[in-house]
Amino acid sequence: MPQVPQKSDSFKEREDKIIDDAINQDYKYGFVSDIEQDIIPPGLNEDVVRLISSKKNEPDWLLEWRLKSFRNWEKMIEPTWAKIKYPPIDFQAISYYAAPKEKKKLGSLDEVDPELLDTYNKLGIPLDEQKMLSNVAVDAVFDSVSVATTFKKELAKHGVIFMPFSEAVQKHPDLIKKYLGMSVPPADNFYSALNSAVFSDGSFVYIPKGVRCPMELSTYFRINASQTGQFERTLIVADEGSHVSYLEGCTAPMRDENQLHAAVVELIAHKDANIKYSTVQNWYPGDKNGKGGIYNFVTKRGLCKGSNSKISWTQIETGSAITWKYPSVILKGDNSVGEFYSVAMTNNYQQADTGTKMIHIGKNTKSTIISKGISAGKSQNTYRGGVKIMKYAENARNFSQCDSILIGDKCGAHTFPYIDVRNPSAQMEHEATTSSIGDDQLYYCNQRGISTEDAVSMIVNGFCKEVFAELPMEFAVEAHKLMEISLEGSVG
Amino acid sequence: MLEIKNLHASIEGKEILNGINITIKTGEMHAIMGLNGSGKSTLANIIAGSEAYEITNGKVLYNNKDLSNLSPEERALQGIFLSFQYPVVIPGVNNTYFIKAALNAKRKYRGEAELDAMDFMVLIKEKLKMVGMDESYLKRSVNDGFSGGEKKRNEILQMITLEPTLAILDETDSGLDIDALKIIANGVNNYRQKDNAFLVITHYQRLLKYIEPDIIHVMIGGKIVKTGGKELALTLEEKGYQWLTDKATV
Repeated sequence: MPQVPQKSDSFKEREDKIIDDAINQDYKYGFVSDIEQDIIPPGLNEDVVRLISSKKNEPDWLLEWRLKSFRNWEKMIEPTWAKIKYPPIDFQAISYYAAPKEKKKLGSLDEVDPELLDTYNKLGIPLDEQKMLSNVAVDAVFDSVSVATTFKKELAKHGVIFMPFSEAVQKHPDLIKKYLGMSVPPADNFYSALNSAVFSDGSFVYIPKGVRCPMELSTYFRINASQTGQFERTLIVADEGSHVSYLEGCTAPMRDENQLHAAVVELIAHKDANIKYSTVQNWYPGDKNGKGGIYNFVTKRGLCKGSNSKISWTQIETGSAITWKYPSVILKGDNSVGEFYSVAMTNNYQQADTGTKMIHIGKNTKSTIISKGISAGKSQNTYRGGVKIMKYAENARNFSQCDSILIGDKCGAHTFPYIDVRNPSAQMEHEATTSSIGDDQLYYCNQRGISTEDAVSMIVNGFCKEVFAELPMEFAVEAHKLMEISLEGSVG
Repeated sequence: MLEIKNLHASIEGKEILNGINITIKTGEMHAIMGLNGSGKSTLANIIAGSEAYEITNGKVLYNNKDLSNLSPEERALQGIFLSFQYPVVIPGVNNTYFIKAALNAKRKYRGEAELDAMDFMVLIKEKLKMVGMDESYLKRSVNDGFSGGEKKRNEILQMITLEPTLAILDETDSGLDIDALKIIANGVNNYRQKDNAFLVITHYQRLLKYIEPDIIHVMIGGKIVKTGGKELALTLEEKGYQWLTDKATV
């Protein structure tokens, strides 16, 4: 391991040397000779962490936080308990810093991959949005910057802070310092430790006391939203009595050259506050043979810090070659409520090991888990749920329902519920069902003139109804269409 | 409209139909009677296009076209409707939504504009009245929690909404009390026209008192052993099937 430089001068020399070396290499990593590209060679060590922090002009305390995380990460072992198989990831072969690139704007939609456009059309995405998503220059009539500006003005009126994480570090360092790592401590797990060391950017949201955020916040309106980072870090804080609904992701299929994604999302709800976090994720799942495809290892956790607070996670996951995520809620405040509504669909060779953890600590806490898994093709879909009732958590209640539906006979659905109750006053309800779509049901639909594909889609949508009902309106409509597309080719 | 020529069919190697010949002209209502196991339902499902059965000989022609290359949904879109003997349950799928999807699939196939939710609601409420069903059925999932009689009514509801050209009713009367039977019969009779046709399958003559067929066939052991007018139903009522079975084994 290279020596850790003590002073910033010698560090700058070191930084220059790294870049020099990179340029003189034989384009081994596809580098462009233009220095403005600003990428560093693959590999992760303390220097890389310092480089990332200095590029972002971060204060010392944040650099220290990153370094501490990195040192923890080095001592940790990659978890292997999940029911997922993948070739070992070489963490030294990934490049951890790339300056935001100005992607060359395309002239028109004609220059975009027709298959991508076909998907956008099927999803019912309006033409202007399609242009934005595929980085086509957009006319003055639909100016994404002006839309975002109007949005920002409205939020400012209410004192809502919503900006890129890196901007928040500069403008609201006290808030970041106070809340960063409160929900997900850096050493929590292998991937969160990695993220804490090298996170690129993400969202920061702060809702002041008593404010009901006037609109749904969406990553869409964050400037640079089209560049979703590899190591995203999002922090949402709802102060006493406030409400916010946040939408992450979009139904449009997202491709990225970076295969590994390890994001961290932290939610903190104070007394009487309510955070609703919805995700629609359609990362590139790999081709029909399972090649390529994003590996999505995400740590999402909500802390119901104050009494009467509420956090609910709603997610529709149809993408990624590998999904590893367990949005959880720590029910610390008395009377706090945690909810998890999920539809996880896997097709072809996708693998998903996902679920939730509800940890009951305060009194009279309540959690609800509704998980719907759909497996098709040769995929493997695992639900892993943990409900933990701590010793002094009086009068806790949990309702869990995990249902799986299998399409075809080559896929798998697995359920691992963990229930750990340490207080005798707890009330737990758990239901689980597994079913498959019957040939006789499909024949009945066929006899009414409904094609098998439409029938499968109808049955699956019916299966997911309860979860779809929790989605904000805009997402709900898209979610239906997304399910249809994701089911393509799953039958026959 | 429908010509069944020397149809032989089997399921999992077992021969069920042994040479069926029936011709149904537009505007006619035919009935097939016979005991359980005679192959009546098999015939109904083969016309509908079920892949469970194998046609070993003969053919089925619909409007002079050989049906063997058409999938069940294509046959449905071309106007064939089967009211199932045991309608399947589809939990989670709303009944109204399902029927609307079926109707719109048909309209789209015919190049007609699809109905939106509001127009469809007006239509379906009218149809509900015709089969004596109340609006609570609109909120339920397809056949989910329906009694036997309710399921049969739901089949007829779908029939009068989808307006098929050839309607096959497979033991629609089984499990119905007299009042329900009368309502169903009413629904069927009101739908009967010069330009459609019916194939009614039953083994009780009770239904045929209310729905009067033009021609009755009796099926035993996968063959049609007798064909006659509607009086044949009364004869069977008096004599049972035995006299025909004896004849058939000769």
